[in-house]
Amino acid sequence: MSSHSISAAPSGSSQGESRRDFLLIATSAVGAVGTALALWPFVHSMNPAADTLALSTTEVDLSKVAEGMAVTVTWQGKPVFVRHRTADEVKAAEETPMADLRDPKADKDRVQKAQWLILIGVCTHLGCIPLGQKAADPRGDFGGWFCPCHGSHYDTSGRIRKGPAPLNLPVPKYTFLTDTSIRIG
Amino acid sequence: MLRNVLIPAALAFGLASAPALASGGAHLDKQSWSWDGLFGAYDKAQMKRGFQIFHEVCSNCHGLKLVAYRNLKEIGLSEDEAKAVAGEREVKDGPNDEGEMFNRPGKLSDRYIPPFANDQAARVSNNGALPPDLSLITKARAGGPDYVYSLLMGFEDAPADYKLNDGMNYNKIFPGNQIGMAPQISDDLVTYADGTKATSHQLTMDVVAFLNWAAEPELDERKSMGLKTLIFLLVLTGLFYALKRKIWADVH
Amino acid sequence: MSAPAFDNKIIKWIDERIPLFTVLEHSTSSYPTPKNLNYWWNFGSLALFALVIMIMTGIVLAMNYTGHTSMAFDSVERIMRDVNYGWLLRYLHMNGASFFFICVYIHIFRGMYYGSYKAPREILWWIGLLIYLAMMATAFMGYVLPWGQMSFWGATVITNLFSAVPVVGDFIVTWLWGGFAVDNPTLNRFFSLHYLLPFVIFALVFLHLVALHTSKSSNPSGIEIKGPQDTIPFHPYYTIKDLFGVGVFMVVFLGFVFFAPNFFGEPDNYIPANPMVTPPHIVPEWYYLPFYAILRAIPDKLGGVIAMFGAILVLFALPWLDSSKVKSGRFRPVFKWFFWLFLADCVVLGWIGGKPAEGNYIPIGQAATAWYFFHLLVVLPLLGRLEKPLALPASISASVLKEKA
Repeated sequence: MSSHSISAAPSGSSQGESRRDFLLIATSAVGAVGTALALWPFVHSMNPAADTLALSTTEVDLSKVAEGMAVTVTWQGKPVFVRHRTADEVKAAEETPMADLRDPKADKDRVQKAQWLILIGVCTHLGCIPLGQKAADPRGDFGGWFCPCHGSHYDTSGRIRKGPAPLNLPVPKYTFLTDTSIRIG
Repeated sequence: MLRNVLIPAALAFGLASAPALASGGAHLDKQSWSWDGLFGAYDKAQMKRGFQIFHEVCSNCHGLKLVAYRNLKEIGLSEDEAKAVAGEREVKDGPNDEGEMFNRPGKLSDRYIPPFANDQAARVSNNGALPPDLSLITKARAGGPDYVYSLLMGFEDAPADYKLNDGMNYNKIFPGNQIGMAPQISDDLVTYADGTKATSHQLTMDVVAFLNWAAEPELDERKSMGLKTLIFLLVLTGLFYALKRKIWADVH
Repeated sequence: MSAPAFDNKIIKWIDERIPLFTVLEHSTSSYPTPKNLNYWWNFGSLALFALVIMIMTGIVLAMNYTGHTSMAFDSVERIMRDVNYGWLLRYLHMNGASFFFICVYIHIFRGMYYGSYKAPREILWWIGLLIYLAMMATAFMGYVLPWGQMSFWGATVITNLFSAVPVVGDFIVTWLWGGFAVDNPTLNRFFSLHYLLPFVIFALVFLHLVALHTSKSSNPSGIEIKGPQDTIPFHPYYTIKDLFGVGVFMVVFLGFVFFAPNFFGEPDNYIPANPMVTPPHIVPEWYYLPFYAILRAIPDKLGGVIAMFGAILVLFALPWLDSSKVKSGRFRPVFKWFFWLFLADCVVLGWIGGKPAEGNYIPIGQAATAWYFFHLLVVLPLLGRLEKPLALPASISASVLKEKA
C-alpha cells in the first residue's frame, strides 16, 4: 500500500508518532461505534411496526365448529388450524407410543381441552400449508394433515409421523375466554 | 383587501397565490410550551387533561384518525381506560362467515374512530362546514400550537361594519375571519380529575398540548436521542480535527 | 502509474485478474491531490455523503411507502408513527434533500469562483450540471410522494410548465400525467422514477470522478499541478480532512433533523392532497426558488419557461463564456466583485421566488433575472478581455509558501 498510509507509520519512534497512533485508534474506535449505532435504525425499521404488533391477537368462536370439523383462522398473517376432534381421533392421538414419534410430545401437553386441537398450520419443513382442513382433503397416513409440497404426514395431534418435516406443528399460545371461544396470542 | 390580490394568470400558470398575511390578520398569541427548546418534553399530566377535553368536546365533530387507541397509553391512560375509550364507538368490520358486514366496538389496535362516516355526512351535520381531522393540525398550520391556541381563544364579536354570514362566527385569527366552528372554550368546560383549575387559558393550553402530541408523538424520543447524538458527534468531530491537525503537521 | 505491490496473497490474486484494488488505490489512496485545497473543496465529498444518506434512507422508506393516492399520505404517517425509527429515517430523508442541495450549491459556486470549469475540466463541469439537473428532477418527484397539498399542487404547476410548448404542449402534459389531471398514474410513475434517478445520479457521480481524476483536481491558485512537489496523496491527508468535514456537516444536519425537522418544509404538506382546493400561498422547495423567480419574471407563458430552462442550460456554456485565461478569482480583482454580485443576485432571486408576484417584488425579480443573464452572457465574456489579472505565483507549492510567509 501507499508509503503514506498512516497505519504503516512506525510506532513509538517519537512522541509525536505515538500520539498520532493513539489518536488514530481512538478516532477509529469512536467512528466504528458511531457507524454501528447509526445502522441500527435502518435494520430495526424492517422489524414489525407498532401497528403490526398491535394486531397480535385473534378471537375465535368455537360454537359453530361441529365435531369432526375444522376451521382455519388467520393469526399474525399465518393460518391457525382449529379442529374439533372426534373421540376416536383423540383416542388415536393419546394412545400413540412415544417411540413412534420423531418429535415425541404427549397429546395431553398439546391441548387444553381434549376435543379442541389448535395448531399453527405451517409445515415445519419449508413453510407450506398442509391439507386436511376440508372434508375432501387428503389427511395423510395418520388421519391428521398431509403436506402436498414434500409429503409430510401429521397425525391427529399434529405431530410429524412421516416425511421430511423435522418437528410437530406448533401450538400457539391461546386461552379459553368461555367454553366456546378462544383468544389466540 | 390584500388577500384578494391574485397573481395575473399569465405569470402564474393557474397558480393562485395570496400573501403570507392571509390569516385573520391578528398576531398570534405566542405561548410557552413544555416541549419548547433543546430540553423540552411533553407533560404527561397536561396531555391527559388535554385528551379529556378532546374526547369530551372536540371529538364530537373532529376526527383524529392517525392516532390509535393503543397510543393513548403513551400519555398515561391505563390499558383498561384506553380500552374503554376505544369501546365507546363502533366501527364497521367484516364480512363475517355469513358474508355480512357488521359493527363492532373499537379495539386498542383501531385508530380513533371518526365522528362522521364521511366528509359529506360531516358537512351536513355542521352547516356545510367540514371540521378538519386534527391528527396533524399543529404541523399543518403556520405557527403550529400557537396558531391553534390563538384560534381557540380568538373568538370575538364581529366589528359593526363586518358582514358575517349566517351560521358563521367571527374569529380574529382564522383566515377571512369567519369560521363555521362556534366558540368552544369557556371556564369550567370540563372538570379535571387531577384538580387543576379549568380556566379558559388552562383548557386551551391542555388541549393544544394534546394535539401537539397527536401530531408529533415522536418528539420526546427525538429530542433525547438528538442530544445524545449531537454530544457523540461533537466528540467524534473533535477527534477528527485533532487527527487532521496531527496528520497535516508535516505538510508544507 | 504502476500497479502497487500488494502483500496479501488473496488481494494479489484477485487484482491480477480484475484490478479492483489497483484502481481503488490509485483513485482513493495515492491519488495526487493539490496540497493547497481549502475547506471549500470539502463540499464535493460532502455531497456524495449526502447522496449516500439519501439512497440508504430512501431504500428503507420505500419498503414502507404505498404509492397510491388513497394511501400514500397515511402510509407516510404510518412511517412517522408506527415503523421503528420511521420518523428518524423520514426526517433524515426530508432534510437530507435540503442539505444535499446546500452542499451542491456551495460546490457549484466554489467552482465558479475558482474557475474550476475551465480547460481541461469542461466535461467535468458538464457532468456536474447533469447531476444537478437529475437532482432537481429527483427532488421534485420525491416531494410529490407524501401526497400532501404542496405535493399535489407542486406537481400540477410544474407539469403544467410543459403546456407552454407550442402545438404539442397539451399532449405532453397529458402524457406526463397518464390522465387528465395529476392523479394515481402520475403518483405511480413519479415513485418509479424517484427510485430510479438516484442511481442515475450515482452513475453520473462515478463519471464525474473519472473525469476529475483524469483532469486532476483544481485548486485555489488556479495553477495546474507541475510536479510531485505540488501534491500530496489523497490518503491520509484528504481522507481525514473530508472526515472532519463530514463530522461538522453531521452536527449541523442532525441538529435540524432532531430539533427543527420541519424547518425546510411547508405546513400545507401535512394536509392531505385535495384536487379541489389550492392552498392560498404555494411555493416550491427553497432550492428551486431562484428559477421560480426567473419563470415569473417573464410576463409570457412560453417565454418564462424558456428563460427558466435557459438559466440552467446557459451554464453549460460557462467554460467558453468566461474568456479569462486566469482561472482563480483570487487573481482577478474585478471578477471577484462581479462574482459576489452574482451570488447576491442568485440570493435575491431565491428571496423573490418565495414571495408573491405582486407590487415591488415584480420589478425586483425582473431586474435580478436580467442581471443573471447579463452577468453570464455579457460581463464574463468582456471581463476576461478588459480585466488585468494579478501576477500568478510560479507553482502551487510556491503559492503555499507565499501564504505561509
